[in-house]
Amino acid sequence: MADSAWVSGLGSAAPTTTHTPRHTALVRVTHWITALCFVALLVSGVEIVISHPRFYWGEVGNVLTPSLFDLPIPASRPSVLTGYGFVLPDQNGWSRYLHFQAAWVAVLTGLLYAVAGLFNGHFRKNLVPEGAGLSRREISRVIANHLRFKPAGEAEARSYNVLQRLAYLSVIFVLFPLMIWTGVAMSPAFTSAFPATVTVFGGQQSARTIHFIVSLSLVLFVLVHIGMVCFAGFTNRTRAMITGRADIPETAAHKEDA
Amino acid sequence: MTNLSRRKLFTAGLAAAGGASGLAVAAALADRYGLIPPDHGGLYGPGETLTYGTHRLLTRHSLAREFPRSQITKTPFANGKPPQSEDFKLLQAGGFADWRLTVDGMVARPATFSLAGLRRYPSRSQITHLACEEGWSFIAEWIGVPLIHVLDMVGILPRAKYVVYFSIQRDWWDSVDMADALHPQTLLTYGMNGGDLPVGHGGPLRLRVPRQLGYKSVKYITRLTVTDTMKGFGKGLGSAAPEEGYSWYAGI
Repeated sequence: MADSAWVSGLGSAAPTTTHTPRHTALVRVTHWITALCFVALLVSGVEIVISHPRFYWGEVGNVLTPSLFDLPIPASRPSVLTGYGFVLPDQNGWSRYLHFQAAWVAVLTGLLYAVAGLFNGHFRKNLVPEGAGLSRREISRVIANHLRFKPAGEAEARSYNVLQRLAYLSVIFVLFPLMIWTGVAMSPAFTSAFPATVTVFGGQQSARTIHFIVSLSLVLFVLVHIGMVCFAGFTNRTRAMITGRADIPETAAHKEDA
Repeated sequence: MTNLSRRKLFTAGLAAAGGASGLAVAAALADRYGLIPPDHGGLYGPGETLTYGTHRLLTRHSLAREFPRSQITKTPFANGKPPQSEDFKLLQAGGFADWRLTVDGMVARPATFSLAGLRRYPSRSQITHLACEEGWSFIAEWIGVPLIHVLDMVGILPRAKYVVYFSIQRDWWDSVDMADALHPQTLLTYGMNGGDLPVGHGGPLRLRVPRQLGYKSVKYITRLTVTDTMKGFGKGLGSAAPEEGYSWYAGI
């Protein structure tokens, strides 16, 4: 409401650029809370992994059993033989406290975002690819534009292209839920009440390994996401996610037309 | 304009008052139903309280997963070193015949048990998963007397809220709430995989709490104290773990 009032009042004030409402307040607030939680979960998650940088499949795994794969990093426990001549300091205490606290904030924020998005049409309008958007032609056009490093056009300053839509949808509806699911599947208490949470993965160690792999996918997503924000114009795009308004240069709009 | 902002202010005030009293009621209810952990203060208190409270609502009576004998891990990893103290070595040299478990605090009949005495009580065995907070795990058969049986012998008072347990290693002590203390799978464990509990795994006596991570299953147990408050035990945070920066509740 506030956004549309602001935009209509501005039409005459800025002759060379158009300010267009871009992100709702709910999207902006939940985005930054999630970003903060992601950093906390990543840092604490790395610290927890360092205490045992070996991964297994099935129900069990320890230093006396073969691993699925080992990370080539030093460990914070002397019991893990890493090939390094030193042991890192133990950081698991605060890391575990922080991990679960940040997870709670992320889950509650995500719930708010998801429920609101379902009711106010955010997913339908902004994220589900439109009919023509999912065509092979449109997808290859967007991929070709990315490969040619073609700057984002006016349409993309106003809404998401099909690749963005698919990426965001898979993060929101596949990777985040899988992260939470594999997280609680590692809990001996939670699985005592809901054993199927862990048995569908084939065991507690499988859940841990999937939790790690999904976290890598999320890190990859965030790196590409930040890369694309820089490419599309860091200041403008970041301001859009803070104030809710994007600047669209009129010249760019004319070029698009031509 | 002024009307609008006054109305807004009034609504916001009402919402804030409602929220605050809602929180106060929620806190009182949570305390009444034992959903607040002893380490609920500090920076990470909110997350710890949410985790513990939610788990207690979901898992008060649930049983830890049990496994078939074929899934027992051939190579259970014994973490840490056995106690190096002279008194432990002496007890070990005597085959732990002089090992004693003292039970005191809010009980009708404080008592001391020998291992032979504990073995005479009904024994239970379970094949459960032991997962360390570091990430590794194994499955073993654990044999012992249910803690609830020993607590029934000494007669716990109705006000009891926690059972505190102490290791022969001075800096290892912990506590569980009554949901875990009275849980049928919480065992005073003296056997493992068909034999005596090896010293590396906490022999002669370890408290197994299979719905929580490994560090709650404290080794070399010599004393149990039943209490209605954690004040006066260390820094009052429920166990030695929070004093080292680790959470009291380890269900995840």
